[in-house]
Amino acid sequence: MRVPLSWLAEFVDLAPGTTADDVHAALVKVGLEEEEVHSFDLTGPIVVGEVLEFVEEPQANGKTIRWCQVRVAPDGQQAADGGDAVHGIVCGAGNFFVGDKVVVTLPGAVLPGPFPIAPRKTYGHVSDGMIASVRELGIGDDHDGILRLSTLGLDPEVGTDAIELLGLADEAVEINVTPDRGYAFSIRGVAREYSHATGAAFRDPAAHGQLAPSADGGFPVTFADDAPIHGRPGVSVFSTRVVRGIDPTRPTPPWMVARLKLAGIRSISLPVDITNYVMLELGQPTHGYDLDKLSGGIVVRRAAAGEKITTLDEQERALHIEDLLITDDSGAIGIAGVMGGASTEISDTTRNVLVEAANFDPVTVARSARRHKLPSEAAKRFERGVDPRIAAAATSRVAQLLVDLAGGTADDAGSLTGEAAGAAAILLPDGYVSGLIGVDYTEDEIRGSLAEVGGTIAETDGGLLVTPPSWRPDVTDKSDLAEEVARIVGYERIPSVLPVAPAGHGLTREQRIRRTVADALAAAGSTEIIAFPFLPKAQNDLFGTAEAAEVPQIKVANALDASAPYLRTTLLPGLIEAAKRNLSRGLTDVALYELGLVFTPEEGAAYGQATLPAGTQRPSAEQLAELNAGIPPQPRHVGALIVGNVVRKQPGQSAVAAGIADALAIVAQIALATGADIEIVQGRHKAMHPGRTAELRVAGQAVGFAGELLPQIAADADLPRVVAVVELDLDAVIALAKPVVEAAEIGTFPAATQDLTLLVDASVPAAAVLSAVREGAGALLEELHLVDDYRGAGLEEGQKSLTFALRFRASDRTLTAAEASEAKVAGAARAAELLGAATRE
Amino acid sequence: MSESTELPEAINAEAVITESTVAAAVDAALAAIEAAGDSAALKAVRTAHTGEASPLAQLNATLRDVPKEQKAALGKLVGQARGRVAQAFAAREEGIVAAEAAAQLEAEALDVTALASRYRPGARHPLTLLQDRVCDVFTGMGWEIAEGPEVESEWFNFDALNFDADHPARAMQDTFFIDPPESHLVLRTHTSPVQVRSMLDRELPVYVLAPGRVYRTDEFDATHLPVFMQFEGLAVDKGLTMAHLKGTLDHFVKSIFGDEAKIRLRPSYFPFTEPSAELDFWHPTFKHGARWIEWGGCGMINPNVLRAAGIDPEVYSGFAFGMGIERGLMLRSDVQDMREMVEGDVRFSQQFGMVV
Repeated sequence: MRVPLSWLAEFVDLAPGTTADDVHAALVKVGLEEEEVHSFDLTGPIVVGEVLEFVEEPQANGKTIRWCQVRVAPDGQQAADGGDAVHGIVCGAGNFFVGDKVVVTLPGAVLPGPFPIAPRKTYGHVSDGMIASVRELGIGDDHDGILRLSTLGLDPEVGTDAIELLGLADEAVEINVTPDRGYAFSIRGVAREYSHATGAAFRDPAAHGQLAPSADGGFPVTFADDAPIHGRPGVSVFSTRVVRGIDPTRPTPPWMVARLKLAGIRSISLPVDITNYVMLELGQPTHGYDLDKLSGGIVVRRAAAGEKITTLDEQERALHIEDLLITDDSGAIGIAGVMGGASTEISDTTRNVLVEAANFDPVTVARSARRHKLPSEAAKRFERGVDPRIAAAATSRVAQLLVDLAGGTADDAGSLTGEAAGAAAILLPDGYVSGLIGVDYTEDEIRGSLAEVGGTIAETDGGLLVTPPSWRPDVTDKSDLAEEVARIVGYERIPSVLPVAPAGHGLTREQRIRRTVADALAAAGSTEIIAFPFLPKAQNDLFGTAEAAEVPQIKVANALDASAPYLRTTLLPGLIEAAKRNLSRGLTDVALYELGLVFTPEEGAAYGQATLPAGTQRPSAEQLAELNAGIPPQPRHVGALIVGNVVRKQPGQSAVAAGIADALAIVAQIALATGADIEIVQGRHKAMHPGRTAELRVAGQAVGFAGELLPQIAADADLPRVVAVVELDLDAVIALAKPVVEAAEIGTFPAATQDLTLLVDASVPAAAVLSAVREGAGALLEELHLVDDYRGAGLEEGQKSLTFALRFRASDRTLTAAEASEAKVAGAARAAELLGAATRE
Repeated sequence: MSESTELPEAINAEAVITESTVAAAVDAALAAIEAAGDSAALKAVRTAHTGEASPLAQLNATLRDVPKEQKAALGKLVGQARGRVAQAFAAREEGIVAAEAAAQLEAEALDVTALASRYRPGARHPLTLLQDRVCDVFTGMGWEIAEGPEVESEWFNFDALNFDADHPARAMQDTFFIDPPESHLVLRTHTSPVQVRSMLDRELPVYVLAPGRVYRTDEFDATHLPVFMQFEGLAVDKGLTMAHLKGTLDHFVKSIFGDEAKIRLRPSYFPFTEPSAELDFWHPTFKHGARWIEWGGCGMINPNVLRAAGIDPEVYSGFAFGMGIERGLMLRSDVQDMREMVEGDVRFSQQFGMVV
């Protein structure tokens, strides 16, 4: 909401010298947050001039300019720029005549842009200023010619300050109106709030011009809403007033144009400007019908199936049976609170007008506005609630302006159909406000604040009965009353008291482990990223499943990027995108990781539910179970990507390129951080190198994969050929990891170390050999690891030679070499039995 | 071979033990020891002056032939001489070993600024680090950390929070809807649904902090992200007041921004709180000068929200607050453009390393 200060000052006292910043500061204290300050952004001298004479001079470029002599100060006086009373000005427009009063921007003036005015040599003359158009002044769009003041009905003295004359010195404060404060979408409401904030006197613009219903009931209006929403009738109050004999083509006075412009509304025509003006002033949307185009009385009813209307914007709209309509004998002539119909629109030939101001149900209007995608200024106000007691004041105000400005005559009385329902009184128990806010308010503070905001207060047993004012439909509960007291007295009165929570348990195991994983990966040289989870379907299909062509996924109905409307089922595309960005910025060695949710609906499952429980009470256990069952699985994954070198070329050190081993190092870091025993087995994934992919398992369950991307996929992503990646279901890893470590005894007797070399078929995984040796060697084997994997000269084709280092130890004695050898031979024997391994001496 | 390692003059078989022959042998040995420059030379000197063929050894060998009455005196003379020589050897050896060790260390010296690095720099993302810090402040007060799904039912995201279906605030939330819209699933627009889940699932009193990602159909620019991180605090207990809300927030901003930081509340509106407030905090170390800065919304939980969770608002009251982590990072570390937080450029996170 934008509030011109001159308008605000009509209804609340503004101390002399009050600036826009002062007004903002006052309003923010009562909950109207400041946005911007708007002004016409021009400075003088800008004055009224009279065209004394001009010569038309055709130019080589085909244009004809006028070399004008313009009087800008009364005879014998100096002009506002210190120059002569008559200025020579070149003007490109041709819409004016000798004797016209015009707006002259003199040298030194600055127009919006900023566009400074100075004497300028042009077309063979020195143009000593400019004759301005409406657009150049920033008050309209018209640029067909310069502004002739006679078209505004003005004939001011030459030399008059045009900035004052046109209301261009005014400025407006813009405030953010929260959805509960519909009444603050009006000068009336903001003036009242300003009064609350400063104590300045408030004058209610709706208090005067009240309308008595005419004896014969005035224009006939009937309510026929047979399908109220939530039991609330679509219309509660409908006021009309007839004004006859208007001239709709008269200009809107400049003060009104300026105020509307500052408030963000374009001037259209005098009757439309007046209805908009009254809406801004009172917060009550109003509408004018061409009385002579109406047939019969008005009936307010819901739309019939299949009914249509052509609205003011010339759109034919199919109506919904929930739409509330204003109708006459011809059918629909308006969608209530949203937009009027074209058939009864006021035109240049309209003489007699029916003015409407009504109160419509917020839900009805909100739904219609959304359904027809017409978020109009009127709908915005109705959705938030309009004061039901000001309809008659609004029709009176419109009528008065039509009489004053458009030359009409108002019928003596209008009609007022329906009656504003009174707000229900709220019981405010003694002590409640202080108990909720934590401030010991006095009785006077509580009563005074509630009275100030317009509440009616009565005493009752144990408290007060407070009836909120008609313009505050949002105040329905004692907690709302507590807020009114707190904000009127001031939030700065609230003390700071730290509550003591019961003893807590700290982070959960999952939360602790996730943090450790993130720390471990960073400490080991990877950089954490946070990627958006929106992907094209094909990316999920490629990376989100090892074998299948497609993966079930969740689609966002209103994605920002239409090419990526699906939620990620995998972290890899985000990591690849980030890697690409780093590479494109010249960072060639990149190790990235991310911890985040992925969205993994099950095949064929339908999530969500068509009907939700009410939000007014705790749902039953069954309803809650159903709500939770409707939420798709969203496990937390950890993903990592390494590309380029893991060790750079340096003195005495050649570069080490990233590969699957680095992916597996990250797996080891994750295993360390989670306490999970992550098993690595040869794996397959359609996005991965067929021979360089490891499937990762915990307790026999697949939890992810690691390895190198398929080179073609790396190339498609503009990445180098080798890209090492890891993706793990971190939730699963944590769930499968043992929560408690059982410590083994640490043996202190001397160890015996031995090497073992085995010949096996090259296709046998080293891990299988290692596992067999471990099993065969038994309890004396403390540790073993692979030290060499040899293929080539001296071996048969298709064979490999694996050398392991073994460390033996007994817990109760020093092992003899014979005992260690015996265990080693047993390990070799098991490998021979299971895998055909031959011991190589 | 150096002079010091030359063999001493042989002493003939008739050599006799006298003070002068012993002194000559000792002097020769001491001179040779003194002259030995490294451990190899010293080894040769040891052979020449203490070995079987050395003068002192030969003099010692003649002891068996001396008259019995002279044996003790001459034995002492030779023994003392051999002792002196042995001592000199030990001292010299110690010196040579130390010098050689020092020389080796000197030879091993490296330019410590030109070594091959075995370290690869990594980094946490400053947003998750800041989130962890925020969590630590609250767990330190005994609060627990609650989490919930990002694809959420509208019931938790809106209905239970007093946004009914036609509420204008619901339309203002710039919501991402999940297809099909009849499923009533959304990408949560705030962390507030976790409030509802916490009130439904936990025993009272409840003091929880819910950090996480939230979604709005905002443009992607320097000050807006369509996906961002919030943290939401919730306390439900008997007798909680707005003063407790302010006290909690005061404690929190002091923990993050220093002891001079403090909170200011301004009236505002949220469907799920009544009274509601915008919270500003005094940022004492803001790079562009200490000032009040807006950082979120808060208020006393609306009785309708308590009812939706089955909590009697006549018995319990509560407060809630929500702030954006991105904004916290911008204010704390003077990040100018939010897009840097989500682009994944490693240079951004590596400025922070593991500290925020």
